[in-house]
Amino acid sequence: MWERIAQIVRKEFVQLLRDRRRRLAVFVPPVLQLFVFGYAVNLDVDNIRMGWMDEDHTPASRSLLAGFEGSPRYHIVALPKSDQEAQGLLDRGDTHAVLRVLPGFGEALERGRPAGVQMLVDGSNSNTASLISGYSQQIVAAFATPIVRKQQGNLLLTIAASGNPGTTSMKAPRLNVETRVWFNADMLSRNYFVPGVIVNIIMLITVMLTAMAVVRERELGTMEQLMVTPIRPVEFILGKTLPAAFIGLVDMGLVVAGALLVFKIPFRGSIFLLLSCVILFLFTTLGAGLLMSTISNTQQQAMMTSFMFATPAFMLSGFAFPIRNMPVAVQYFTYLNPLRYFMEIVRGIFLKGTGVDVLWHQMLAMLIFGVCMLTFSALRFRKRLD
Amino acid sequence: MSFQRVAAIFRKELRHIARDPRSLGLALVQPLVMLLLFGSALSLDVDRISTMVYDADQTSASRELIRQFQGSRYFEIEGFVGNTKALERAIDQNKILVGLVVPRDYAKRVAAGQNANFQILLDGSDSNTASIAMSYVNSLVQGFGNHLRADALSRHAGRTLPLPIDFQVRIWYNSSLESKNFVVPGLVAVILVVIAGMLASLTVAREWEMGTMEQLLSTPVRPAELVLAKMLGFFAVGVVDTAIAVLVGIFVFDVPFRGSLVLLAVTSCLFLCGVFFWGILISALAKTQLVAYQMGVATTFLPSFLLSGFIYSLDSMPTVVQGISHFIPARYFVTILRGIFLKGVGVEVLWGNIALLTAFMIGVFLLATWRLSQKLA
Repeated sequence: MWERIAQIVRKEFVQLLRDRRRRLAVFVPPVLQLFVFGYAVNLDVDNIRMGWMDEDHTPASRSLLAGFEGSPRYHIVALPKSDQEAQGLLDRGDTHAVLRVLPGFGEALERGRPAGVQMLVDGSNSNTASLISGYSQQIVAAFATPIVRKQQGNLLLTIAASGNPGTTSMKAPRLNVETRVWFNADMLSRNYFVPGVIVNIIMLITVMLTAMAVVRERELGTMEQLMVTPIRPVEFILGKTLPAAFIGLVDMGLVVAGALLVFKIPFRGSIFLLLSCVILFLFTTLGAGLLMSTISNTQQQAMMTSFMFATPAFMLSGFAFPIRNMPVAVQYFTYLNPLRYFMEIVRGIFLKGTGVDVLWHQMLAMLIFGVCMLTFSALRFRKRLD
Repeated sequence: MSFQRVAAIFRKELRHIARDPRSLGLALVQPLVMLLLFGSALSLDVDRISTMVYDADQTSASRELIRQFQGSRYFEIEGFVGNTKALERAIDQNKILVGLVVPRDYAKRVAAGQNANFQILLDGSDSNTASIAMSYVNSLVQGFGNHLRADALSRHAGRTLPLPIDFQVRIWYNSSLESKNFVVPGLVAVILVVIAGMLASLTVAREWEMGTMEQLLSTPVRPAELVLAKMLGFFAVGVVDTAIAVLVGIFVFDVPFRGSLVLLAVTSCLFLCGVFFWGILISALAKTQLVAYQMGVATTFLPSFLLSGFIYSLDSMPTVVQGISHFIPARYFVTILRGIFLKGVGVEVLWGNIALLTAFMIGVFLLATWRLSQKLA
């Protein structure tokens, strides 16, 4: 039996690695994905193009400008003179925001009256827009606080000087927030996204390779030839899935090495735990690949079907869009998505260094998924062969 | 170029498509499903941040501070615990994102007019959510702190003190800052690119595998005619997909549509043609379906998803990557879609993007034709 399995495995490897294009197709996409995700995928907003519309032209407005220019995040790229110009900047997407210092700003500040500053933000990217308005509020607050303090102090002094008793106390509480950011202290998107690439790569490669390996035989008519040999279905299945599993593991090795060496992603957990979880996950993906092969007759159908399952699985895994933001019904639905568990495991192991004590729920879920998926598709597969 | 020959192959292509109802169904239903599912599920809005509190002070002052969090729609208090360890464990287990620690002497310090610190533990692994959550915490505490301070000073002074800067933020185009208005128009582009690119590259790759493509090339049909006719066959499917996607965006997701429908139709056609030509080019390069699929994913789905500005803002990417993004047609189409849907701008603003989209389409058409004539030689 093992000999026959070994024969099929050998044949699969020969077929897969025979020509250059196939070799590239198996090993280039993982590396490509790693680099794209590592370098390009970034939700941090650290290059804000801003228009500055100063209708006041006083030292006060210029010092507010200095506050924005002092922040490395902001780049003043335009000085619109009119509302139309400001609108044009936002319409064309030349700037993310336009800050408008209303006339009378400096005078109002001096007199202690509310001074008007308006910010127009391009909300078409809602995520960027909410980060920009958050950052801008902080800068304006930092600019305003010393002025407010001084004025409040002056006011208290004048009240005290006018002989109002009991007002010499200038004590007032101030609240400070000490923020301790865990697991990703520099708050880099990269540290969050790159480990997730592993999940995606393993899924894409192994599901596709398994499905294609079987469907190709069927499409080319070589399936019948295989059927008349003494190979039994179980041997056939193992022979087809083992090479896919092996290549999945190699790809994972590539991605993990790249993540650690090139992108310096922290790895705080156990590599053995990661490896055992990958093997658990492989049960599910190989099972899914076999299932695809039973419902497809041509390679095109197999690929369209696997793409149709892979894309939602990927999008609803929490990779880019947090699951907690989804509608409640969809959140429950994600419990049926094996990628979700593996994503949590990979991020937990990389960033949090969590162990089996925390991750056993997810591991159990993956085990159940894997066993069910593999059994179901193997049974279906045998039925289809008979 | 003979239009008769183009029409003949076009008719043949339509027959091919009609004969495989399952692939046709996939090509029509899949965009609908993707748009419905992703349009409702993909959201970057940060609200209902799960928060847990360790109140070591247990006074009315500390409870007032916590009430600020309870009253905010951005935070959801999951519970109270008795020590920091429990907070840390909850963060480890992914149960909460934010832990709030009020120190033992909080009320005393506030009453005495001293600076009071309290601590926020933040799970930073998702840096985007974490930094938005942090800015909410900061502005909430700043507001509350200013209020406390003004209260204390007013008590001393016997009258209210001003808080001088009136900072108004006005969000244009998407005033409620809903992710769906941002995600859905971009999603239309991504879905079209996926369906169109995959459909074209796989179908034509199959013909290369079967050898029917060589047969076609040996007929008097010229490469340019072949590329054009193949594209037109898919184009019929692509137009229906676009119409479905746009209608779902407008009527199901209530995304504002402020621009011109004609401009949308014209630019979508340009984009679809470009993507279909691209699919044909890939298939001519790849020859086998497996390779075509891999190249399709690597050159259509991933770049359109990642490098088009669909979710990840191009401005935050390294310069090299920004340079690469100029070769991704979805980049221009996403900009055009957002411009038409949300901003309601027309040709006067979008002409640059439209010109580049056209250039891409023509360039890929020439490349594909050239590649096919290479095969012929």
